[in-house]
Amino acid sequence: MATNMEPILRVEKLVKKYQRKNSAGSSEELVALGGVSFAVAQGTTLAVVGESGSGKSTLGFCISCLENPTTGSIWFEGRDIAVLTENERRHIRPQIQLIFQDPSNSLNPRWRVQEILLEPLILQGKLTREEMKPRAVALLAQVGLSSDMLQRSPAKLSGGQRQRLAIARALALEPKLLILDEALSALDCSIQAQIANLLMELQRKLGMTYLFITHDLAMAAHLADEIAVMYRGRIMEQGPTRKVLRCPTEEITKNLLAAMPSLDRAARPPLD
Amino acid sequence: MVPILEVQDLHVSYNSSGGAPYSALAGVSFQLMPKEILGVLGESGSGKSTLATSLLRLLPSNGNISSGTAFFEGKDLLQASVGELEQIRGKRISLVYQEPSVALHPTIRAGRQVLHVLAAHESERKSTLVRKRRQVLSSLFPEDVDRISNSYPHQLSGGQRQRVLIAQAIACGPSLLIADEPTSSLDPATQMEILDVFRTLRDELGLAMIFITHNPALLAGFADRVLVLYGGRIAELGPAGTILSLPRHPYAKALFQSMPAISGDKTNNGKKLPVITGDSSSAPLPRQGCVFEPRCPERMEDCRKREPAAVNLSESHTVFCFKYGG
Repeated sequence: MATNMEPILRVEKLVKKYQRKNSAGSSEELVALGGVSFAVAQGTTLAVVGESGSGKSTLGFCISCLENPTTGSIWFEGRDIAVLTENERRHIRPQIQLIFQDPSNSLNPRWRVQEILLEPLILQGKLTREEMKPRAVALLAQVGLSSDMLQRSPAKLSGGQRQRLAIARALALEPKLLILDEALSALDCSIQAQIANLLMELQRKLGMTYLFITHDLAMAAHLADEIAVMYRGRIMEQGPTRKVLRCPTEEITKNLLAAMPSLDRAARPPLD
Repeated sequence: MVPILEVQDLHVSYNSSGGAPYSALAGVSFQLMPKEILGVLGESGSGKSTLATSLLRLLPSNGNISSGTAFFEGKDLLQASVGELEQIRGKRISLVYQEPSVALHPTIRAGRQVLHVLAAHESERKSTLVRKRRQVLSSLFPEDVDRISNSYPHQLSGGQRQRVLIAQAIACGPSLLIADEPTSSLDPATQMEILDVFRTLRDELGLAMIFITHNPALLAGFADRVLVLYGGRIAELGPAGTILSLPRHPYAKALFQSMPAISGDKTNNGKKLPVITGDSSSAPLPRQGCVFEPRCPERMEDCRKREPAAVNLSESHTVFCFKYGG
């Protein structure tokens, strides 16, 4: 059945160009996305990997309606969200949430945890006064944080707790698609593993779809069903994770794999 | 061989506005040989950055070095006068920071910023300094010295900015380089490139290096020895090959196991990663016993009572854990 299902997200020939001034002062065109196409089935994870400047983040911004693509379509649940008016997009945005790399920059430092968590719900007018606190507690519980954090400010939380909070805020509107832009990269290794486990558990429970943007191939291998390798604004290679990483056909994929720092697998301590 | 740096029983604490001072480093001792790369591995709150800043006496105003010695080229850095420190910082010992976009001045061209470092330490004529700058920059940018030199930091890529910082660090010919997470804002290919730069500097200039990171994978094939820090204490210290392939301390073991392997995949593997429960930076460290005890999967009776002492597994390999005696 799953194979016949319309993918939740289908991107077609997406192009994003920026105008920028070069050092001589004249305007030049920068092609951040040069015709990107892919599809993601509901409840699965697509990892988008590539070096800095390959267009991965621009792709995330376009899909989450934070940037307008120059040309191309973004089909989300059967609608092309690339051509919607600003008003129509307000209804789409809650369903697509974005999580950034550094939670200390994406959480308002002057707000308390409860305000941060509930802001999206209040903006969407989905909450009465009485519902607020229980909803905040439930959201925290979902990401493994306890309710005594509600009145704290983000500065009082550890990096891992802040990223859990950012995930909880993204979950508040019950999105269908979560775009994770280097969401684990700023965390310590042991905390990365905790958040990766949380993401997998949430996906199993809520059936969410993830677009996992990263330069960490090992984490992509662990989390993703499919992987897309980007280079200079184009997808060079795409397919099931295992296939792409074990038998890469493109030079860029081989290079990325070769550059990946890793503890030698054979030398890893055995799991007992 | 005489060690270039010898740190003995270093204790550093931070005063906090309410409550007892926070102990960031407690009893850290190690030696560094000339031309050696020591990888310091630790998570946030492990004290790894405090180690870098305390050796150069650049701690924030609430930081205190309460005891210890750090002999570098025959002088105790922890007792040195301000004047002496100014002769050492940037000239004999250089520090390379994590975030090159913050460490560089945004409105001064890269070449000038390298010149500033030279001018601060050498009283030669400007033309001599300019020649020296060219030498340094061309060792890091063999192809386009002039373009880089005339660029503002925002016109350079992350990797290029990091090379400019390295040029500043080596300009005055130091014998020790301390690099605090120098590659963590870079993508993997650029990371490897910068590690290569460091390796070349060691081989060609004979620099010794303290390389601080939270990512054990970066140290594989790069560091000579690894020092694992946890909660301000040394957990394990020994040859990089041994520690990275067969760690003994339960923290190091659990840390390496929590990292996904590249060949894993979800359909087959979809399992949870083994994690270290808890979070060292949110819960206070225990006041008594081993600092890792609350998160340790292999804790024993003794661990809560006192701190483990050093156990020498071999001449060069030390672990602080009761499992091995302690």
